[in-house]
Amino acid sequence: MTPTIVLPLMIGGLYAAGVYLLLDRSLTRVLLGFLLLGNATNLLLLSGGGPAGLAPILGYSDAEEINDPLPQALILTAIVITFGVAAFVLAMIHRSWRLVREEVVGTDEEDRRVAARRAPDADELDPDDLAPDDRIAGHADSLAGDAEELADDVDLPAGSAGR
Amino acid sequence: MIEVLAPLPVLLPLLGAAGALLVSGHPTFQRTLSTAVLAAVLTVSVALLFIADAEGAGSVSVGGWPVPLGIVLVVDRLSALMLVVASTVALGVLVFAVGQGSADGDEGTPVSIFHPTFLVLVAGVSNAFLAGDLFNLYVGFEILLMASYVLLTLGGTAARIRGGITYVVVSLTSSLVFLAGIALVYAATGTVNMAQLAVRLGELPEGTQVLLQSMLLIAFGIKAAVFPLSAWLPDSYPTAPAPVTAVFAGLLTKVGVYAIIRTQTLLFPDGALDDLLMWAALATMLIGILGAVAQSDLRRMLSFTLVSHIGYMVFGIALGTAAGLAGAVFYVAHHIAIQTTLFLVAGLVERQGGTTSVHRLGGLARRSPLLAVLFFVPAMNLAGIPPLSGFIGKLGLLQAGVAEGSVLAFALVGGGVVTSLLTLLAVARVWTRAFWRPPSQSPADDTAAAAAMDAGPSRPGSDGGESPDGRPRTALQDAWRRHTAVATASQPDLPPAAGAVRALRPLPRTMVGATAALVALTVALTGLAGPLYGLTDRAATDLLDRTPYLTSVFGTEDIP
Repeated sequence: MTPTIVLPLMIGGLYAAGVYLLLDRSLTRVLLGFLLLGNATNLLLLSGGGPAGLAPILGYSDAEEINDPLPQALILTAIVITFGVAAFVLAMIHRSWRLVREEVVGTDEEDRRVAARRAPDADELDPDDLAPDDRIAGHADSLAGDAEELADDVDLPAGSAGR
Repeated sequence: MIEVLAPLPVLLPLLGAAGALLVSGHPTFQRTLSTAVLAAVLTVSVALLFIADAEGAGSVSVGGWPVPLGIVLVVDRLSALMLVVASTVALGVLVFAVGQGSADGDEGTPVSIFHPTFLVLVAGVSNAFLAGDLFNLYVGFEILLMASYVLLTLGGTAARIRGGITYVVVSLTSSLVFLAGIALVYAATGTVNMAQLAVRLGELPEGTQVLLQSMLLIAFGIKAAVFPLSAWLPDSYPTAPAPVTAVFAGLLTKVGVYAIIRTQTLLFPDGALDDLLMWAALATMLIGILGAVAQSDLRRMLSFTLVSHIGYMVFGIALGTAAGLAGAVFYVAHHIAIQTTLFLVAGLVERQGGTTSVHRLGGLARRSPLLAVLFFVPAMNLAGIPPLSGFIGKLGLLQAGVAEGSVLAFALVGGGVVTSLLTLLAVARVWTRAFWRPPSQSPADDTAAAAAMDAGPSRPGSDGGESPDGRPRTALQDAWRRHTAVATASQPDLPPAAGAVRALRPLPRTMVGATAALVALTVALTGLAGPLYGLTDRAATDLLDRTPYLTSVFGTEDIP
């Protein structure tokens, strides 16, 4: 039972690369970072099960020499979950690309608006008086221009078509 | 009896989700099915609560595997109470959503996705409450998160995708931290069964314990939106449809709080990080409520109060006394109901006033007195005005803080009082602006004429791009359409009148009825505060004692 340096090094490397990618604004990189982090965590689970042994099949090997099967079951579950979530994130990236032709995380307009506000009281401000850039995210006229130029490209939800 | 009933809150919604997906072509049948399933879950939860309160905690070994090997579901007073409150709120929100769906006549919108996903969400929440196994808790979290991703991005509009991305990435990170925590816990103890962990974790060196505890607390802290980890919440919640935001605000953060309670009482009862949690609670309360005061949008304001009031619960948990825990559990039950109700009311306000921005709303009290009452009662309850249940919960927590007596506890008591006052300020501002001021002062008036001109043809379901009577559109109408295009694109379930304060439909009865029922529930929590507080007292005693939980899982006093 000799401790191995390979697994900790791999886990550390994957975590470092994953966190680096996760901090990027590009969503595709975020997704790749998430996948790396998921693999790192799965390896962590594997190494949590102790030293490697024989396949944990009854009658195939001695109970003393087999690997701990529980972490493998946990990893399988985690892989399935990671896979499902990754597929969903990919779909969201695609949707974001179709809608706004970009796949980067934008700034929070509402935060920016609150931070840049000169008037001390929010109630004194009328969004109509503000420059379009400073209006609340999703405010009625802040995106009006975009909506028009995208109108033929986007399948708007039923009920609002043609408006 | 518990053996039969305990798996049902997870099984029924999952099977119901499959059924709802199968009958997605028949909206009426689908609605009936999902409502019936949630009503059944509620009935089972109430039965579980009575059994757990009368006979003590019980557990089920899923699949018949003996205890340390298989997965266990544990029902004790805390989890049963959480189940009851969660399923009540879920049922109310579902009825509200059904009312909203049928009122808009949205056969084409993805409502067929909504019902199955909502049921999966409920299954995940129930699973998290019942899990007696750390990895099963993780699976419960993943089920509810997966469903919440879908619900949050329902319709896939630009604003929702934007808010959804923040939410998904943050949730993914917290899940990975949780999973890494589980890996480390397993490496240190060789088990993920929570009852077994309760014994084995105590035998570890102190440093290892603190490391594992902080890993789990960070993961749950993100989900519960405790201060340094709360920035994602006000960013992502307000974009979703009203019923979705309501159920997220009510339930999802509270699942995180529930997990924190379990971590702090069952797994790490030494309270090594209690002081840190106290500081986090203080910061959550104050920074959250200061954010709420700065907001001018009703939904964003409510999201910030949600963050802020999580601080009260963390405060009660961090005290670590029976009184503190009882107050925290009572506050969780109260807050689930009250926050859900307020978000539903915000949905009604948006429908009635056409917007949730307090700049544009006005005169709602005159136009819809019922809506005004529906907002006023829970808003006062949130701020903690006597004799409502919010006051009772806060009083219990403050008393527990004073009884604990340390300087930090007194600082938190002061912080709690300030937060309560600032909450009152935040909701009172919404009240005076949106409900009380005369409509003529509302800046939306100049656009109201345009709205009235266009209100008929632009209703969802009735227009096909042209005015139905064949009139050519005027320039003003076109301008108005452009003005409202994004508002309706991001809110397909709402009337398009961003500034239209008149010429709106009456509120659908089902939506008002569901909201009124939840408001009545929050008032009933006040009337039933005595028995409820008794129950949370007993739950807190159980939590601190730990033996009821352990014996219910292992069946004996000696733990393997």
